[in-house]
Amino acid sequence: MKKSFRRLTAVVVMVVVGLPFVPLVLWSFSDRWFFPDLWPQAWGLRAWTYITSTAGMQVMAAIGHSVAVAVITAALAVVIAVPAGRALGLFDFKGKDLISVFLMLPIIVPPLCVAMGLHLWFIRLGLAETYAGVIGVHLTFCLPYAIFVLWGVFSNYNPDFEDQARSLGASRFHVVTRVMLPMILPGLGVAALFAFLLSWSQYLSTLIIGGGRLMTLPVLLFALMGSGDRPVAAAVSLVFVAPAFVALLFSARYLGTRSLTGVH
Amino acid sequence: MNPPSRSDGDARTRRGSGAFVLARLLWPALTVVLLLFGGGLVLGIVQALGYLPGAGLSELSPDHFARVLSDPDFLRSLLLTLYIAGTSTGIAAGISIVAALVMASLAERARAVHFIFQIPLTVPHLVIAVAVVFMLAPAGLVARTAVALGWIQSPADFPLLINDSWSIGIILTYVWKEIPFITLMILAVLRHSGNDLLDVGRTLKAGRWQRFRYITLPIIFPALGAASLIVFAFTFGAFEVPFLLGRTYPMTLPVWAYKNYSDIDLMARPEGIATGIVIALVVMLAVVLAQIMTKAARRRGMLL
Repeated sequence: MKKSFRRLTAVVVMVVVGLPFVPLVLWSFSDRWFFPDLWPQAWGLRAWTYITSTAGMQVMAAIGHSVAVAVITAALAVVIAVPAGRALGLFDFKGKDLISVFLMLPIIVPPLCVAMGLHLWFIRLGLAETYAGVIGVHLTFCLPYAIFVLWGVFSNYNPDFEDQARSLGASRFHVVTRVMLPMILPGLGVAALFAFLLSWSQYLSTLIIGGGRLMTLPVLLFALMGSGDRPVAAAVSLVFVAPAFVALLFSARYLGTRSLTGVH
Repeated sequence: MNPPSRSDGDARTRRGSGAFVLARLLWPALTVVLLLFGGGLVLGIVQALGYLPGAGLSELSPDHFARVLSDPDFLRSLLLTLYIAGTSTGIAAGISIVAALVMASLAERARAVHFIFQIPLTVPHLVIAVAVVFMLAPAGLVARTAVALGWIQSPADFPLLINDSWSIGIILTYVWKEIPFITLMILAVLRHSGNDLLDVGRTLKAGRWQRFRYITLPIIFPALGAASLIVFAFTFGAFEVPFLLGRTYPMTLPVWAYKNYSDIDLMARPEGIATGIVIALVVMLAVVLAQIMTKAARRRGMLL
């Protein structure tokens, strides 16, 4: 492959991916920026000061809610998805097609439909406007993605190692913690990352089940968009993408050259 | 649904293992999906059929569905949503094929490019929608650039690119966001197979286009199809982007559904839920249609 072609590809990818972040960064650091100037008339930290001090409590609370919901959802999704992925990846059985289609169906059906249906039931059960309720509805679409990833992981998994460990006297607990988990760890990380990001960026189902009471970051961002304060909306948007970058860096660091879909 | 990946796994796949073992492995996942997902859909259908606990509506009737389907706005919304989802998926899939071929030709060590390429995967749709507003709005960055270049004088001269009748802002948002997803799905397949076949094709003097059409395309088609289907389903049922970047009339189906659902008039609520159920049905129909079309294409020898 020619070097110039590689350079060109790199430049195109960088420009296209980076472009949307240019206005976000510029606006978040602008104090005054009237049309038609291409550059802010006055730079400043007004937006950042606003979201860290004036609205600091609100923003911090939203970050806390978002992190708590996404982390718990991802953890639950992975814990439930490991055995399911193992069943689908290692065994052929009657009704496997039906079960796998059923488990993957929530990837296709929009969460909006499920959230609207669940809402009334959750109100009755006292789950509306609670963490449990929001995590429950997030789980419906995060779990299938986690299962999908781990299904792939277990399709290439060799359970003979477990037999060997067992014949060497390893207990059931040790077979899981010392043999299985280390072998599936990269895939487990990808599954958790997927589930975390899906939950993290979810807006409408959180709004419906959380009733606007459980203010996660996207719910807050929508409220701010309505207020029309562009610099503040830009700053909150950047806060909103930050964990995504961290997650991606983490995956690049620990999963090596494997991509996010690198479950092979 | 096919397993996500299968190399030499078949030899290891165990047949006829105990139902007890399988049940123990599968019950947590099945319970969650059955109860929360299945329960949500069933309760949605029941409510859309007119059951309102506490409001004394005990009779089930298809009235709400009938009212939604006969509403002249429904067809406009449906067509708009199909247009947005279809166009976004088509453009993203087309670019993704080229992107996957280019990325596959890059050495694995081009890690920086691969890393940057994955960034859109992790960025929430909402953030990109906000960025698109800042760029494409009549007083946005693109309009300002046009002024600086002397192409236009005022925001009024700038073409409407958000809240517009062609949904350009919405489609751009989706295309930007979904290309890496489809590309990486194709790339996973491309990396694992195809090189030997391409060599055979070359020795048989197949041209560039022939190699693409008869070797590469059939190899990547299942991954491309599955990824495109997921993208179509997502864009068809998504709320945030069309809510922020769409027009107030006609609305996409999800925006319309939520508007009715959150209406202060509680009688509009079942209609919102009914619209939600219709969205779910359209998406599932699309999956079934895609399966049938794939089978037909295979029978006629157009696909492997």
